[in-house]
Amino acid sequence: MSGREPPEPELVVEIWRGRESGEFVPYRVARRENQTVLDVVSHVQRRIDPTLSYRFACRVGMCGSCAMTVNGIPRWTCRTRVDRVAGNGRVRIGPLRNMPVIRDLAVDMAPFFDKWQRATGRFVPSDADNRRTFARVPPGSRERQAADAGIECIGCGVCYAACDVVAWNSDYLGPAALNRVWTLVNDSRDGARREHLAAAAGDAGCHQCHSHQACMSYCPKGLNPTAAIAGLKRETVKSLLRGEL
Amino acid sequence: MTGRLEAWLYVAQRGSAFVLAPLVVVHLATMIYAIRGGLSAEEILSRTEDSAVWGSVYGLFVAAVAVHAPIGVRSIVREMTPWKGRSLDVAALLFCALIVVLGVRAVGALL
Repeated sequence: MSGREPPEPELVVEIWRGRESGEFVPYRVARRENQTVLDVVSHVQRRIDPTLSYRFACRVGMCGSCAMTVNGIPRWTCRTRVDRVAGNGRVRIGPLRNMPVIRDLAVDMAPFFDKWQRATGRFVPSDADNRRTFARVPPGSRERQAADAGIECIGCGVCYAACDVVAWNSDYLGPAALNRVWTLVNDSRDGARREHLAAAAGDAGCHQCHSHQACMSYCPKGLNPTAAIAGLKRETVKSLLRGEL
Repeated sequence: MTGRLEAWLYVAQRGSAFVLAPLVVVHLATMIYAIRGGLSAEEILSRTEDSAVWGSVYGLFVAAVAVHAPIGVRSIVREMTPWKGRSLDVAALLFCALIVVLGVRAVGALL
């Protein structure tokens, strides 16, 4: 016996370098137990190439800033373990789809959040001065449960990157913004239901959705924006037939 | 306004699909049944002439297609090409008119 340690297992990571045009560059990173994809990217940036650009903050699946395309699928990288995605010892990491690439793995999320504004994805209190009444919202009510179903969105952009309709029609509001509008439409404290439905029904709104359900398949929080959009389709039609749209 | 238009188009396309689904089945089943053993145009016309049932079925078919197809083609064009806006809406209406004209002529020839 030579007594020599077996070679440390390695991972070949191909990372996108460049902007809209660029190339995947391979790096060799030691495999560790419970290693996440974000750990791998951080290792490359800290130990191999400090010019690598990427974005993260909380590292625990709360802030929604570290989403990237991993082996062709949009994922939150801080909660994606390498073991799950690197069956053959290789991982290919790129920026999210459907957003302009700033550099390497960092995308410009401004168009994504601008659409939340265009979709009127902000709470408008029905009691504007917030003094006269104290809202009583039964947690078990149908509206509150419909709102709660989509409320845990962390704005990571995974659904937006997964959506083919966004890829085809860059004006389309996208799953996250429409999911947000659906929570507001169901929020009994919100006073702008008509405005929300009108924004959702616009020519880049809910009726453009093809129900491919990629948003639902890849949402790291397990939300179902497709169901939210289907709800908006129903409510906009009801509103139309009542002459309120 | 665009919200109302899109919502109406959504209703019209789903509604026409609801009408088309059984009619397509009737159309395919009739075709498969009717041509078994060979069938001439003369024989087909002898059965359909003066038939209110066939006239109604295919009249409704044409109306539903004239609503359904232009809305779908408009959506595909908007997604797959840079063409959007009023000119595309007008083109979709013209496509609708074309289907109505050709369809009514075809149904008229059966009766």
